[in-house]
Amino acid sequence: MKVKMLSRNPDNYVRETKLDLQRVPRNYDPTLHPFEVPREYVRALNATKLERVFAKPFLASLDGHRDGVNCLAKHPKSLATVLSGACDGEVRIWNLTKRNCIRTIQAHEGFVRGICARFCGTSFFTVGDDKTVKQWKMDGPGFGEEEEPLHTILGKTVYTGIDHHWKEGVFATCGQQVDIWDEQRTSPICSMTWGFDSISSVKFNPIETFLLGSCASDRNIVLYDMRQATPLKKVILDMRTNTICWNPMEAFVFTAANEDYNLYTFDMRALDSPVMVHMDHVSAVLDVDYAPTGKEFVSASFDKSIRIFPVDKSRSREVYHTKRMQHVICVKWTSDSKYIMCGSDEMNIRLWKANASEKLGVLTSREKAAKDYNQKLKEKFQYHPHIRRIARHRHLPKSIYSQIQEQRIMKEARRRKEVNRLKHSKPGSVPIVSEKKKHIVAVVK
Amino acid sequence: METAPQPGRDLPPKKDKLQAKKKKPRRYWEEETTPIAAGASPGPPRKKRNRELRPQRPKNTRTPKKSRISNKPQVPKKSLEWRNPEPQQILSGAQDPFPGPAPVPVEMAQKFRRTDKSKKLPYSKSKTRSRLEVAEAQEEEISVKAARSELLLAEEPGFLEGEDGEDTAKILQTDIVEAVDIASAAKHFDLNLRQFGPYRLNYSRTGRHLALGGRRGHVATFDWVTKKLMCEINVMEAVRDIRFLHSEALLAVAQNRWLHIYDNQGIELHCLRRCDRVTRLEFLPFHFLLATASETGFLTYLDVSVGKIIAALNARAGRLDVMTQNPHNAVIHLGHSNGTVSLWSPAVKEPLAKILCHRGGVRAVAVDSTGTHMATSGLDHQLKIFDLRGTFQPLSARTLPQGAGHLAFSQRGLLAAGMGDVVNIWAGQGKASPPSLEQPYLTHRLSGHVHGLQFCPFEDVLGVGHSGGITSMLVPGAAEPNFDGLESNPYRSRKQRQEWEVKALLEKVPAELICLDPRALAEVDVISLEQEKKERMERLGYDPEAKAPFQPKPKQKGRSSSASLVKRKKKVMDEEHRDKVRQCLEQQPQKQEKAVKPLGARSSALDRFVR
Repeated sequence: MKVKMLSRNPDNYVRETKLDLQRVPRNYDPTLHPFEVPREYVRALNATKLERVFAKPFLASLDGHRDGVNCLAKHPKSLATVLSGACDGEVRIWNLTKRNCIRTIQAHEGFVRGICARFCGTSFFTVGDDKTVKQWKMDGPGFGEEEEPLHTILGKTVYTGIDHHWKEGVFATCGQQVDIWDEQRTSPICSMTWGFDSISSVKFNPIETFLLGSCASDRNIVLYDMRQATPLKKVILDMRTNTICWNPMEAFVFTAANEDYNLYTFDMRALDSPVMVHMDHVSAVLDVDYAPTGKEFVSASFDKSIRIFPVDKSRSREVYHTKRMQHVICVKWTSDSKYIMCGSDEMNIRLWKANASEKLGVLTSREKAAKDYNQKLKEKFQYHPHIRRIARHRHLPKSIYSQIQEQRIMKEARRRKEVNRLKHSKPGSVPIVSEKKKHIVAVVK
Repeated sequence: METAPQPGRDLPPKKDKLQAKKKKPRRYWEEETTPIAAGASPGPPRKKRNRELRPQRPKNTRTPKKSRISNKPQVPKKSLEWRNPEPQQILSGAQDPFPGPAPVPVEMAQKFRRTDKSKKLPYSKSKTRSRLEVAEAQEEEISVKAARSELLLAEEPGFLEGEDGEDTAKILQTDIVEAVDIASAAKHFDLNLRQFGPYRLNYSRTGRHLALGGRRGHVATFDWVTKKLMCEINVMEAVRDIRFLHSEALLAVAQNRWLHIYDNQGIELHCLRRCDRVTRLEFLPFHFLLATASETGFLTYLDVSVGKIIAALNARAGRLDVMTQNPHNAVIHLGHSNGTVSLWSPAVKEPLAKILCHRGGVRAVAVDSTGTHMATSGLDHQLKIFDLRGTFQPLSARTLPQGAGHLAFSQRGLLAAGMGDVVNIWAGQGKASPPSLEQPYLTHRLSGHVHGLQFCPFEDVLGVGHSGGITSMLVPGAAEPNFDGLESNPYRSRKQRQEWEVKALLEKVPAELICLDPRALAEVDVISLEQEKKERMERLGYDPEAKAPFQPKPKQKGRSSSASLVKRKKKVMDEEHRDKVRQCLEQQPQKQEKAVKPLGARSSALDRFVR
């Protein structure tokens, strides 16, 4: 007879002294871990609930401006610095860590229409309603010196926007035409027009640095190449586009914030239909900015809210609003992709977390592991109806909520009419136009 | 068993020369080494081994194609790479004799595989498909990793082997006690409790504590390893069954009239009058449900975490006194006097399934830990083993002289049956195989009739309650040797138990999720997917995913005349039509085959009505 009994030595399973860590032997045999899926599901449900519990995105409000904030700019080298221009011509530079204003400049008479920092971070440019372009030093004036711009360019017409080249000493302004300037000169290197309407914004492509995009109030988006004298091509939409923003990771993708409450993500190579139509706002979209990862962007709207959209989704993943925040005019995603800033009508700049329930500060390794595990679980079970309902629930102010209901009814009525028309006409005579193509009027090359 | 390829020492030298001719001379600091024969490298002389060639990468390992569009995730073919690893060349000349990760036997990895590849998913878009492929690849990787970690398990299972020709069933408990070490021998004991017998017993989930309840009201719990008594009371009422709740601190006792809950000091915490005349108790640890079967024929589920009765199901089969749970999916199996076993979930008012098992009434039911086998015994003196995976067919059966009144499965698939005052134990080939009923593995005769049986988790011990008290039998190879410290740890401290309790309560599985397939939640819900699709089509008035009709592209140089456009259109239409016809033809013979009558059957006048 050969016999062996299971006989464990307790010393191998119990810690020796109280100062030791507890011994936890593991065995990953599935029969010892029954109900794996239901338990993971419950964990995912709990994680989703906790995410909603801890979703407190609002961090700080920077007040000091005496009129609505019209434009914002990030400092290219310092995460803590942000520049803002107001409707009374005042420019302020803020320190985000201390959450205070470090410098105030009375830059223009009338609105500050555009502001942008030079790529090296030593100076910045502003344009205003007083038909001037001014270059300022990023550091304040020394003791006894006057606060004065480095250069001032007097133009003939009002400039409505400005953007700086990402690598060279060249910047572009827009107004009645798109002007490209050398920093050393007082007259533009070249100016380009296509049509006769005022151009509201111009943006350099961060990767293909010679490319520019602009949007004008005659409903079109025009693309330029700086190396040639004429514009490349344009796309005409249903309504006017307020701003565009280039994807910082994919050179050919840009997103346009439109007056028809939607945002359109275009592939520059095929403008005849947008890659994605982002719908959720209930009023005109005024500004848009990409996260440095290029996976998401944030949009500011006249409906007093900002929303975060994934690039490949048509619905927003997040909406931020507060009782006191009025029409949001400008929005920026910080370069560390963790925060969002927005400037609004009621003179405040607000700082938000990009991920509403994220814990700030240093995480211990166990916290980090738990966070990653929960994230994966949420991802795995995100399509289950119960979990999806909790994850998608957002409190909305009454105005937005009722607007959404109203627009849903309107859309439903339109759709019903279309279906009826389709049903009662000769097959093939009524074309089915997809939502993407519906808003594109024409592409001109 | 798959193994990693050995470094190519046994490659023929001829090939070596051929390769050498093709190669350019390289410097010693460059990665590839060159033969000295080329004479171009002034580096230090190398060992001969260094010149040997690496095994060539087999052709079937595809290098991932770079896609132009960046958002498509590339499916990592990790598993392929592991099987064909390239040995690392090291400058010093030393070479890893076992390059690449350790090989993993396929059967071992199979144990950890979760997804069933035989199930076909409905057609999905390429994005979804690629995501599914990624998930599958990860699944594979995880199973391989888990299989590799098997190596770290500390304990080996016990065994009992007779010397050639010796029948293990003849080996007595006293022989085993003499042969094993002192610690194991101490696990065999008899409690002589003739006064309040017969006894029911229950081990706690960690296998550390034992509760016993005598018919005449004797209730006691103790740490059976150290033999430390926790409490001992007499409830002055008949005790029908006894069961630990999620931890050893709470104890449910089915008494003559009502169900009572005691703590580990013997203080009565609750008396549940809604559960009356309870005969059998089962506790579902992950759902925190106490299932009670009563004389009145009701199966009641009590949620012990909130103290609510969440379901009371009428089995409509008279008195219920045979009950067990399936530890794999928390389904309750009830045995009835008409020979059927019914499967119940609290979410459904009707039984999930009914299995006709015996000609007489069912006396005992047991389900093994993997949830694949069910053992039943009936009044017809039969002992049967059923397959629970879908078909519910009997796998093996055997007639016992007395018929078994009590059955129990151990963690490693041993089946114990109590027949009168004899306990028989059968063993199978392994954990997943059913026990073979031909030869018993062990037998033991007790001093009284068996009234309760349970294998102790994580110990090679079978607890038997009988009319003469309690016997703790040694059954080598019964229990899982390696426990998981986070799941149920026999050596846990008080703090660890408290921590575990909080965690377990946080992830309490809702009772509605109890169903036959516990993995159903992770699978694609095909039915509602199709329903949604249909609804969407109705709402839109057209099929949004339908293929658009073919539109010929405009061509240059006069080839876009309307005649040629029509011709091109027609060509595509004809092609599609032909495909459709071909598909129809392929399906037709299958239909005809069904209609063909068996040969040799005589034609009848009624055939004309057959369609």
